[in-house]
Amino acid sequence: MAASPETPSRKDQLLEWFDARFPLIETWNYHMGKYYTPKNFNVWYAFGVLAAVVLVIQLVTGIWLTMSYKPSADEAFASVEHIMRDVHWGWLIRYMHSTGASAFFIVVYLHMFRAMLYGSYKKPRELIWIIGMLIFLVLMAEAFMGYVLPWGQMSYWGAQVIIGLFGAIPLIGEQLVVWIQGDFMISDATLNRFFALHVVALPLVLVMLVFLHIVALHHVGSNNPDGIEIKECKDKQGKPLDGIPFHPYFTVKDLTIIVVFLFFFSAVVFFAPEMGGLFLEHPNFEPANPMVTPDHIAPVWYFAPFYAILRAVTFDLLFIDAKLLGVIAMFGSIILLFLLPWLDRCPVKSIRYRGNTYKWALAAFVVAFAMLTFLGTQPSTPLYTFLAQVGMFVYFAFFLLMPWYTANEKTKPLPERVSRSWLFVPYSPRSSEGDK
Amino acid sequence: MKKLLFILLWLPGLVLAAPSNYPLDRVAVDPSDQPSLQRGAQLYMNYCMGCHSLQFQRYNRFARDAGVPEELVMEHLIFDPEIEIGALMTIPMSSAAATDWFGGVAPPDLSLITRSTSNAYVYTYLRTFYSDDSRPFGTNNPVVENSSMPNVLWQLQGLQEAVFNDAGDVVGFELVEPGLMTPEEFDVAMADLVNFMAYVAEPYKLDRERIGKWVLLYLALAFVVFYLLKKEYWKDVH
Repeated sequence: MAASPETPSRKDQLLEWFDARFPLIETWNYHMGKYYTPKNFNVWYAFGVLAAVVLVIQLVTGIWLTMSYKPSADEAFASVEHIMRDVHWGWLIRYMHSTGASAFFIVVYLHMFRAMLYGSYKKPRELIWIIGMLIFLVLMAEAFMGYVLPWGQMSYWGAQVIIGLFGAIPLIGEQLVVWIQGDFMISDATLNRFFALHVVALPLVLVMLVFLHIVALHHVGSNNPDGIEIKECKDKQGKPLDGIPFHPYFTVKDLTIIVVFLFFFSAVVFFAPEMGGLFLEHPNFEPANPMVTPDHIAPVWYFAPFYAILRAVTFDLLFIDAKLLGVIAMFGSIILLFLLPWLDRCPVKSIRYRGNTYKWALAAFVVAFAMLTFLGTQPSTPLYTFLAQVGMFVYFAFFLLMPWYTANEKTKPLPERVSRSWLFVPYSPRSSEGDK
Repeated sequence: MKKLLFILLWLPGLVLAAPSNYPLDRVAVDPSDQPSLQRGAQLYMNYCMGCHSLQFQRYNRFARDAGVPEELVMEHLIFDPEIEIGALMTIPMSSAAATDWFGGVAPPDLSLITRSTSNAYVYTYLRTFYSDDSRPFGTNNPVVENSSMPNVLWQLQGLQEAVFNDAGDVVGFELVEPGLMTPEEFDVAMADLVNFMAYVAEPYKLDRERIGKWVLLYLALAFVVFYLLKKEYWKDVH
């Protein structure tokens, strides 16, 4: 039965019914249909949506893994192998989840680096950065606890090292370790509580924080590679001249990017799930054995830069011993990231128009971070420890000296309108003038 | 008391057993090479399975993947009538008893040994046992120094003695008593055995690689479609 032109169609009626009871169209327009997004986004702006895609992959594969995994010290290791061998498509689900963990950190690190390139943490987006950092923190806890669940050698001994860090805290350290473990050693009790936190508590927090991250972002609007506010240049209807609606423009663009991401993701899942021991470490194919310490306890690559900083501290300072100082340095290196919006005093956001000091400082930071990542996975030798100390020095100098070297930067004049140039190449005056 | 003596007797071996930096020989594995898997399985059943279980591997899965009819597996590989074709490849030796017999360390399950070490590691280890009268079983191994495993393959390989350099490191071997196989045949046999163990470590490897090709092809095609769609939408954005 076809509806006549006068009466609204069944679909419209249904929509109306919903919209009278829920802000459906309003929400859609606010976040998608009329969310004006800078048209000059480049490839660096892909990693936010990719992080969301990985989150969904982790949630879905995680739910299916939970259906067959047994959180018990006696059965955990065997249940993972059972999933890999006897559960239909179990190997795929598990490899997607293990590859997803590493993929999560790859896209999140690149996402954070994007913010450092284009000053996305600066006013009015400080809170987006803070929420993002909280997401990063929860993600690290989530990944750490997830890594313990297969109950392999590296699960066990990695947990031993990380939980042991809390033992360095004066006075309460030892009791704190017992409280975290739920036992005097890492045991079945530890595994059970890590399972609860990994599959229920932390994912809930993670999803809520991601929601807040997006709410805050859509409230102030996205930054862009030129670091200028598109809201300052509007047409008569009040639409930003350099903005285009998120839907359909960025939905189709992001779909393309997601397909490219899935291509590389699948290449790892299907052809190199261990990634040469980086994504799945070899000793973790051996069941946890509290009696045998592996020759070399290495964290998974994504924790390596912070682990390298922890180990780089081999000296006492005043009354603080090296172990505690290392723990302080490691947590300090993460806390400094939170303070970035206030450490950076340059009013110009994008690296395209910032002075050379920041460019060199950021380059040095990237080299130091990459070097620390490598060193954190290697056994320590005198040379490597020295290099880690150099890397740590650069890492801290980048943040702690920032208020000074960014205070009087020689910046370039900002354009009035955005330019659509590639990567971090400075805008060409010609195209900007053309827009005017 | 007897137990205590036994442990004391074995203690030096346990304390000293350690991995080394002995150079490993590479070996090519191919899970699609069914004859090799069958030969490897035969060797495993005859020489390894007495002590080392494959607790995550099922007989029928092996039968399917190695192209062996289930009746033949039942006839030639399963000797206990109580064990069914779908059973896991466990062994009757209890871990607790084995821990006693072998002086504190039970022979480990080898389902995942090639993944926790490497194919080259297992391949080299199996071929480098040499006579050493100071050891309880009269053999030692440069890959795992003072390994508590005896050279169970000596009948096939023969007996070899190690050649040491001035620093006391093993640099080569000399065959002093030939075995049933020539050195070349033995190397092939060990490659088959490692191939079988590598297969057991990841029996779904062929599946993932086969499916993976189609997934990548699908995504490559999807990229073209999505890219054209994006281009179409974006053509009026300047």
